Parts: sequence; structure tokens; C-alpha cells
Amino acid sequence: MLSFIIRRMAVAIPTMLILIIASFYLMQFAPGGPFTSERPLPPQVLANIEAKYGLDEPTWKQLVNYVGGILTEFDFGPSYKYKDRSVNDIIAQGFPVTLTYGTISFVLAIVIGGILGIAAAIRQNTWLDYFAVGITIGAQVLPNFVMAPILILIFTLWLGWLPGGGWNGGQWQYVVMPVIALSTSYMASVARLTRSSMLEVLRSNFIRTARAKGLPNRTIIWRHALKPTLLPVVSYLGPAFVLMVTGSFIVDSIFSTGGVGYFYVNAAFNRDYAVMMGLTILLGSMTILFNMVVDILYAWIDPKIRL
Amino acid sequence: MTTPLRTLLMASALAFASPALSQATGPNGEALAEDQTFTYRVLDEHSSVDPQIVEDVSGSEIVRDLFEGLYNQDADGNLVPGVAVSHTVSDDKLTYTFTLRPEAVWSDGKPVTAGDFVYAWQRLADPETASPYQWFVEVMGLKNAGPVMAGEMPVTDLGVSATDDHTLVVTLENPLPYFPLTTTHASTFPAPKWVIDEFGADWIKPEHIVSNGAYVLTEHVPQERSVRERNEAYWDNAGTVVDKVVALVINDENVALTRFLAGELDRTEIPTGQYPKLKEEYPDEAVVFPRLCSYYYTINVSDSAPEFLKDVRVRQALSYAVDRDTVVEKVTQEGQFPAYTFTPAATAGFEVPTVPYGTWTQDERNTKAVELMAEAGYGTDNPLDITLLYNTDEGHKKVAIAISQMWKQTLGVNVTLENQEWKTFLEERGNQNYEVARAGWCGDYNEASTFLDLVQSGSGYNDAKYNNPEVDALLAEAKTMDDPQPNYTKVEEMIAEDMPIIPIYHYTEGYMMSPGIVGSWPTQNVEQNWYSKDLYKVATE
Repeated sequence: MLSFIIRRMAVAIPTMLILIIASFYLMQFAPGGPFTSERPLPPQVLANIEAKYGLDEPTWKQLVNYVGGILTEFDFGPSYKYKDRSVNDIIAQGFPVTLTYGTISFVLAIVIGGILGIAAAIRQNTWLDYFAVGITIGAQVLPNFVMAPILILIFTLWLGWLPGGGWNGGQWQYVVMPVIALSTSYMASVARLTRSSMLEVLRSNFIRTARAKGLPNRTIIWRHALKPTLLPVVSYLGPAFVLMVTGSFIVDSIFSTGGVGYFYVNAAFNRDYAVMMGLTILLGSMTILFNMVVDILYAWIDPKIRL
Repeated sequence: MTTPLRTLLMASALAFASPALSQATGPNGEALAEDQTFTYRVLDEHSSVDPQIVEDVSGSEIVRDLFEGLYNQDADGNLVPGVAVSHTVSDDKLTYTFTLRPEAVWSDGKPVTAGDFVYAWQRLADPETASPYQWFVEVMGLKNAGPVMAGEMPVTDLGVSATDDHTLVVTLENPLPYFPLTTTHASTFPAPKWVIDEFGADWIKPEHIVSNGAYVLTEHVPQERSVRERNEAYWDNAGTVVDKVVALVINDENVALTRFLAGELDRTEIPTGQYPKLKEEYPDEAVVFPRLCSYYYTINVSDSAPEFLKDVRVRQALSYAVDRDTVVEKVTQEGQFPAYTFTPAATAGFEVPTVPYGTWTQDERNTKAVELMAEAGYGTDNPLDITLLYNTDEGHKKVAIAISQMWKQTLGVNVTLENQEWKTFLEERGNQNYEVARAGWCGDYNEASTFLDLVQSGSGYNDAKYNNPEVDALLAEAKTMDDPQPNYTKVEEMIAEDMPIIPIYHYTEGYMMSPGIVGSWPTQNVEQNWYSKDLYKVATE
């Protein structure tokens, strides 16, 4: 297992490098730059600013300086748009926010989605199944940019129960709506995946054998069917976890949570190169890390893989 | 003063102030609300609160509360004393001597001196600072601004100096009648050298910042909120009513409206097209007032432009065929003013010239437009194809659709609508890769030249690439004239004749404001340079 992890780590380094180089150059292709504005800066002023940020250097040198700054000082550079803070500041402030609501959403998505999916599979073609399928389809087709404002309308304006936005250090009242808005569609996906996977497993030979042995239904489900059911779900959950904890543009911008999800998309609009790079690296390294976690979990769930 | 003593004095001042506040009344004798917190929505996070670095509107609003420059604006936009109590002008109009208020202090207790202004202005001009507003020292006309900006002269050669702690002397390159107006701009506000030296770029963090305005920054959570609270050391603290100002970042205007209706905000923008409905439902909260901004279409008349756009008859026809009344009444619906000239009527000291086509009826304009098009050789049998470029936005789209229909119906012009994301749009428009493009402009200061300079051939904002030496000469001359109106009139007439741009409307600002705050909002200030220290919240029921 250890050598497996080491091998994966060894692959991760060149993967990250390719990611950095590719995004760095792709970014430069976009028309305009960080200081393009409706009031074009006089050439002299633009030159000062570019010199300050080292943007007057050739692109390859900027890339070298950038990667060098990360490796030697863990410095991801300044934000060109928000001039009073650095990319490190933005991540330090925004990542805990998305990590909080993302993790809660993740847990909810697994627990509720999993239970719904299993229940629907066990009681296939009953009202419970139709109910679960109905809910999940509904949850999946309702996009969160529609759901989020509706939540605010209901809970803030009509009922007056929850504040309409903000984060306030993560007080629960401020977390509820972001979690609902983010987790719903993931929950639906987990439920559907679990349901179809469970249905497939329940039709397989070893379950029929277990039934023939006269094992009680509960033992069959929990001891024998659950683990193989989880395989496709787990492979879905790895990337889903990364996407959830790095936040959502919609959730961050509608609920003003201050999370990194907003900064990521906004940085692209602003051509805020360093912010975009910093968040790409964050997202990329998390993706690599959690794909690895998924692989390890796989080996644990399915002995075949360990062979 | 030692710190404990100061704390003690402040505490006793507070003890005196509190009972007075609870019985306080507004200027018209209204009872004031118990809670003097003003909470407003901003669209996006501010770029900075450093006076010499800030470049966006929401940042400047905060800076105007945290720092105080030589002059402030009152509710009508007139100059009122800030740190400066008065100034004198030399006979040659090149030297301005400002007398500073001796009682003005920074939030750490140090006196505000003329040296703090000298430092700030030098800092603004210094290439090392890399301020996006560095060019403002040139707008102000400070002596040696050009060479200092280019790094060819030391910053100490800039035309600003302190003869003593409370006397600031400014030397200009050429006479500039509106120079004092420029001192309300955020980039001219003083900066505390000792704090900047100690903390570097981090000096504007709430834990370090020292400021001289009516408020101090107490909290900043990026992309969520920033909070400023009363500065007890401010010289006019006794005259300040609002205790706390909270700016909440809410990107979505409709969500902001919902939160306003839920009572979380005192002010938010009216979403595009919703004014008539909101005015009916909330007559006291929905307010609209003129702004110093112009909405127009710019026509590419550069050398690389297609031939038909170089034909003045085509440009005139396109402009005449735009039914401005329909645009503002049926599309934008926020009481905007139909525009036939570039400079808004709201501009101080500016008299809108009567341009011929502005006096015609729309039928007359349409008839004339059809004639001009026919003369230029275009008509239903030989229709013109035009691409209209705008930046991606629902509001701009609606206007573009309406105008393209007017062109189609009146002139038979086939219009292709093209929208681009903001930065791409700016790049394309700035490089004249367009035929007709949307544009908008808000005045940097309240004087007509802030608009008309855009049609100068050398202006970096002249995206039409309009080049008329006569216009250039008139504008250059206007700079030093005591009454530049005759020149401005001529320039507007020439624009109406050459039509490098199609003025469409002059903006209004539409706000939903809580009944407590709406009375003290400076709706007459067309630049919307508002100061929280002048606001107050009256008690409602």
C-alpha cells in the first residue's frame, strides 16, 4: 500500500507541473489583461504597474518566477484586482468557508442520498421508490442558481428565519442555505447512483446464493450488498468532494459567503492571473489527492483490486 | 498625550455624548432613530481602501469616509471645507495656498499636517507607487507632473509643498479654473507616512490603518462585508450622526432587493427595468435622481473603419433614427433623460446647447434619416449591414434590440447584434475592431470637460477615433478660459454635425432606500459623492 501511495505521489508532481504550465499559458491567450479597463491607463501608468508586478518580463520568466515563489516561500503572488491583499490572503480567508459548507454538504449528500437510494432499491416499484426517484429527479433538474434565490425568498423574506446572506464566521444560521443549495443536486446524484448500483448488486449471483442459504434480508443488504454497491458511488464521490469543498460560484455569489468559489470564476473575468493560478493549483492538488484517496478506498472495499 | 489619558478623555466624551444622542434631532427637527447603523449593498468587493491606490467606485465611497481631503462636497455637490478651511489664489492663477484646520487629527491622535498632503500627492505621482490614478496629478495640472510621473524628476519637484504644518502651497503648470474641484477626489487625500513606513502594503488592514476621516475601518471580510465605525478623534465627531456603516457585497441585484425587502439593507440598486413596478408598490422607498453619466453608441470612424461609416450621412441617419423617448420610456424605464448632446444637463455650470436634430419631432428625424440614407445610396433595395457590439448584460441587450429594430424599420438596415464579455469587449472596442459599439461614461469631476475631452483626437478614451483639429483646438483653449461655455457649445454642435457618437440617454440612479435614511441622501449630488458623516437615520413609526 505504501509503495502504491509513493508511486501515485511521483506521478502527481509532473501532473501538477503540466497543469501549472498549461493554465499559465492558456490564461495569457484571453483578450485583455488585468489592467484593461473602461478608462484605458496611460501607457506610462500601465508600464509602472506592470513593472511593479513583474508583468513586463517575458512570459516564460514570469512563469519561472511564479513557480519559484511558490516553491521557496509558498507565495502565490498578489491579486492584481484586489490590491490590498495577496492570493495567500484570499485562500486563507475563502477556503475555510467553502471547506466548511462543502464538507457539511458532502456528508449530507452521502447520508441522505445513500439512504434514499438504498431504500428505493430495496423497495423497488413501491411508493417509497417512486417518492425517492421523484425527489431526486426534482432535485437534479432544479439548478442551484434558481433554487438559491428561492430559498432566500422563503427563509429570509417570507418566514424571516434566516439571514439572506453573509457568513459571519460560520454561524449556523448563515450556513443552512448555502448547504441546502449546494448539497441538493449532489444528494440526488448519490441517491440515483446508489439505487441503480444496489439494484444491480441485488440481482447478482452471490446475493441469490445468500438468499438461498436463507440469510435474513437485513444481513444480505448490510453484510453482502452494501460494499459492492458503494464502488461506483465512491468513484463519483472523490471528484465531487473536491468540487464541493472548493465551493461553488453560484453559492458564493448569491449568498455572499466570501468563499473561494466566487473568486475562482471572478478571477477569470478580471484576468487576475495570480488568483486564477493559485486557485487552479489548489483545485488541482486537491483533485489529485482525493483521486488517490478514492483509489485507496477502492482497494479497501474491493479485495479484487488489491490483487 | 499619553494613551491612558486619551482613553479617559474619550470615555468621558462618550459619556457626555450618549444621552445627547438619544434625544438628538435631524436638521429639520425629525426624531432620530435609536440605531444609527447604515447598511448598504455593493455589487463587488472594493479594490483597495488606500487613497492613492483605490480606483473603483465602491472603494472610493469607503475612502471618502475613512479619509478627508482638502475639500468635501455638500448635498448639492458644492465644495465645503474639509481639512482645508479656505484657500487663496495668486494673481497669475498658478499658486493656490490652502489653510488647514489646526484641530484636525489622525485616528492615532497625531495632527493632520500639510506635510501629510505633500507626502500623499508625491506618493500618487511616484512611479514606484504604481497608482492606477497616477495620471490624476496631470489632470490637476500640478507643476512638473509629467516629468515626475515619468521618473525624470524627483517627486520633491512636484508642485506641492508645505510652508508650515497648516499651510499647503500648490503650484500649477497652467491656470486651471476648476482646480479646487479636483481636491475632493480620493486620490488626493492625505496618507499617514509613519504607518505606511511601518506596515508597508498591509497598512490598510483594519488592525493597522490610521485615518483622518469621520470613520475608521474596523472589519473587512473580503467578498462579504466591510465595516467602518465613528472615528472619535475626528474634528467634527460631534456633528456626525451615523455610528456605523456596513457595506455588504451582494453580486446579484435581485437577491439584494429581496434582502432589502427583508429589512437587511438600507440601500440597494433598483434592478434593471423594475422601477415602475417598485415605485407603485413602495412609493417612499423607490427613488430616482439624475447622474453625471452618458449612455451612447460610438461609431468607428478610424482609418480602418468600413467605408460606409466614414460617410457622415450614414452616421447622421443612424443617430436620427434612434427614438430616444421610446428607449427611456419603454426599455430602460428609470426616468433617464433622452440625449442629443454628449454632456449631461446635470453637469455643473453647463448649459445644454440646442442642436438642430434635438428640436425636431421623431417623425421629422425619421424622414430626414431616410433621405440621408437614400443620398448615401442605401435603401430597401440596397440595405446596409451593420454589426452592433455591446458587453454582455441584460440591460444593454434590451437597448440594443430596441435600437436595431428602429434602424431596421426606419432605414431598412440589417443589424447583427454581437455581445462580448467585458474585457474582450474593451479590447476589441479599444482596437477599433467594431462598427458601432455601446459605450458609457461617468464624469470624473463635475465639469463638462470630463465628457468632451473624450472626443479629443489624442484621448485614450476616444474609441471612435474621431479626429477634428477644430474640436481639439476649442477644447485646448477651454482649459484656461474663465467661461468655457461658448467653446463647449461649439464642440457639442460639431459632434451633432459629425456624429462620431450617438448620444442615447443621460443616466439616472435608481435606489431602494429605507424610509429612515432616504431623507438625508444627497440626491442632488450628481456625482454621488456621498459622505456617511452627513447622513442620519430618522425614527420611523
